[in-house]
Amino acid sequence: MTKDAYVIEDAWAKLGRATPARIALGRAGAGLPTREVLRFALAHAQARDAVHSPFDPEAMARDVAGLGFETVAVTSAAPAREAYLRRPDLGRRLSEEGRAALAPFAGTAPDLAIVIADGLSSTAAHAQAPAFLAAFKARIAEEGWSTGPVVIASEARVALGDEAGEILGARAVVMLIGERPGLSSPDSLGLYLTFAPKVGRTDAERNCISNVRGAGLSHEHAAFKLAWLLKEALARRLTGVSLKDESDLLLIAGHPPAPRIG
Amino acid sequence: MVYRQLAGSNSYAFRDLKELMAKATPVRSGDMLAGIAASSAEENIAARMCLADVPLKAFLGEALVPYEIDEVTRLIVDSHDGAAFMAVAHMTVGDFRDFLLSDAADAPTLAALAPGITPEMAAAVSKLMRNQDLIAVAKKCRVVTKFRNTIGLPGTMAVRLQPNHPTDDAAGITASILDGLLYGCGDAVIGINPASDSVPVLAELLKLVDDIIQRFEIPTQSCVLTHVTTSTEVIARGVPVDLVFQSVAGTQGANSSFGISLATLQEGYEAALSLKRGTLGENVMYFETGQGSALSAGAHHGVDQQTLEARAYAVARPFKPLLVNTVVGFIGPEYLYDGKQIIRAGLEDHFCGKLMGVPLGCDVCYTNHAEADQNDMDTLMTLLGAAGVTYIMGIPGSDDVMLNYQSTSFHDQLYLRDVLELKRAPEFEAWLQSMGITGPDGRLKPQGAANRLLSVMPNLAA
Repeated sequence: MTKDAYVIEDAWAKLGRATPARIALGRAGAGLPTREVLRFALAHAQARDAVHSPFDPEAMARDVAGLGFETVAVTSAAPAREAYLRRPDLGRRLSEEGRAALAPFAGTAPDLAIVIADGLSSTAAHAQAPAFLAAFKARIAEEGWSTGPVVIASEARVALGDEAGEILGARAVVMLIGERPGLSSPDSLGLYLTFAPKVGRTDAERNCISNVRGAGLSHEHAAFKLAWLLKEALARRLTGVSLKDESDLLLIAGHPPAPRIG
Repeated sequence: MVYRQLAGSNSYAFRDLKELMAKATPVRSGDMLAGIAASSAEENIAARMCLADVPLKAFLGEALVPYEIDEVTRLIVDSHDGAAFMAVAHMTVGDFRDFLLSDAADAPTLAALAPGITPEMAAAVSKLMRNQDLIAVAKKCRVVTKFRNTIGLPGTMAVRLQPNHPTDDAAGITASILDGLLYGCGDAVIGINPASDSVPVLAELLKLVDDIIQRFEIPTQSCVLTHVTTSTEVIARGVPVDLVFQSVAGTQGANSSFGISLATLQEGYEAALSLKRGTLGENVMYFETGQGSALSAGAHHGVDQQTLEARAYAVARPFKPLLVNTVVGFIGPEYLYDGKQIIRAGLEDHFCGKLMGVPLGCDVCYTNHAEADQNDMDTLMTLLGAAGVTYIMGIPGSDDVMLNYQSTSFHDQLYLRDVLELKRAPEFEAWLQSMGITGPDGRLKPQGAANRLLSVMPNLAA
């Protein structure tokens, strides 16, 4: 765009290097310059698309099967996106069909049940979950954990993992779920680990690893953290506020140690 | 007591005052989620017609949340000012609306009445009011508070400078503070939402803001928005704390889910007062609220979310806060679905707070999973500006990079000042002028790289 005589630029533009916040934007009268209005509108459009883009459970199943995992697809009790957004309680429970889909695996009692869900950003689930799982697979092999089928859940909230994990009889469940998208992070994945999953667990009984994405926490680092937490959870038989993440103490120059197998 | 109403050819019955209030509330997703909303448009209006005939006195006789199990109800009942209430004691809710809109309800009359108004009365009358009524009456209410400047004077609107950073980086926060000050923001408070809850990190942030305020003798106050018990601990360590912050809600159970009680708030209040850091006044508390928090905590007792929100202002009121704001669109679409619901809720909250004598501001905001956008925020902030809102947020480019939501920006407040001729707190306005940031008309002056403020970050300034 050409230099605009009506835009008052801010003399402190270099301050912008210190923060990702939108500072020193300049102004046109009291308003934002055209370039900034459009830059913001694009970021909002991307975040909206992340919320509303349909989740593709078949593509997810192909990606996850490609990593050597068995998969099973389920839906929540929320019939569609609008109901999902209005009724968080429905997104926390399996549909009848979902429960039926898990029935063949009931009581298989894996060490860890893995659930991948769209959550509030299907974009994040597609962009991050398979790549994260590829990194985490090496940690699973390292510890010799059994995992059962990867559950791929549509229109799901975090607590849906409790019901899925309970049906499988899993010792713990991890939910890989698209996080509420921000303007600067529409594709961020959250990981929620819950020991002894059953319907009715509260958020205080989970450990969360958030901001898993390229520009945030790397897949390798997140996989290392999750493995550390799971090991502790299985040994101490709990997750939540009583389990503090101390995996950072094991980092080598800020990086997780490489898995021994994988 | 059962309430009955005919509407058209249908007859409606409402089990008690609580049910009547919920069914009379303008439609919103949170009450639907709770299963307490009116089941048809006609029932909604029938409930309002019925509510219009309920005497205000009924709210003193029938608690919506039982007195025995809820300390917020006990606070409301035990501290009710019967003498102030006398002026309206004979009125029904419908009469009360007419009175509030009339010329008889001028600023001194409304101020004298405030201690006699319970949150349930404020909520009830708001349910009968259109958006323009909520604006017109709130504009007549005058609530003035002071710490290092004077907030709430007629014709003014303050701004909280909110310089958040995803990792609490000192340089990043400083850069946003300088940008905000150079855009004329920060008279309400320079208030940081920290990513961390570690005491040493919070202490550093408090010192950072205090240093800037002291160095440039800015007539404003700082706040790091952390749990009240953490602030109390930080104060005990001798760190400079201006305002003590806490999120509050309208039931004991919801407050308990925040880890607080009235006693905890009292401890924080006394700790802040003990520092005597205010130069003009002793309003030392900053509270945040928002419709839906009690339902979210599973502690709503079947009461509608707007009434519970007004009860949160009753929690705030005894602590003489400098600032209270409703973070109206932050909680998500399951409580306020779209721009229309967010706009209505923002106006209701502001009205109820002001009627109760609380200095209400509004975080005019939305999340990316709500059916709302910048145009809805433009509408709400303009309406609130017309209603005399105490303050709004100022966030760089509307994009909070720590909390991942969108609020009002440094630019937005300039727009409101231009179209509604709103001034800043007078002491802050004078400071901006002395710094060469604004001219005598309060408008921004063209700014080079030489402003003294930029000497804080010499390496990045030019």
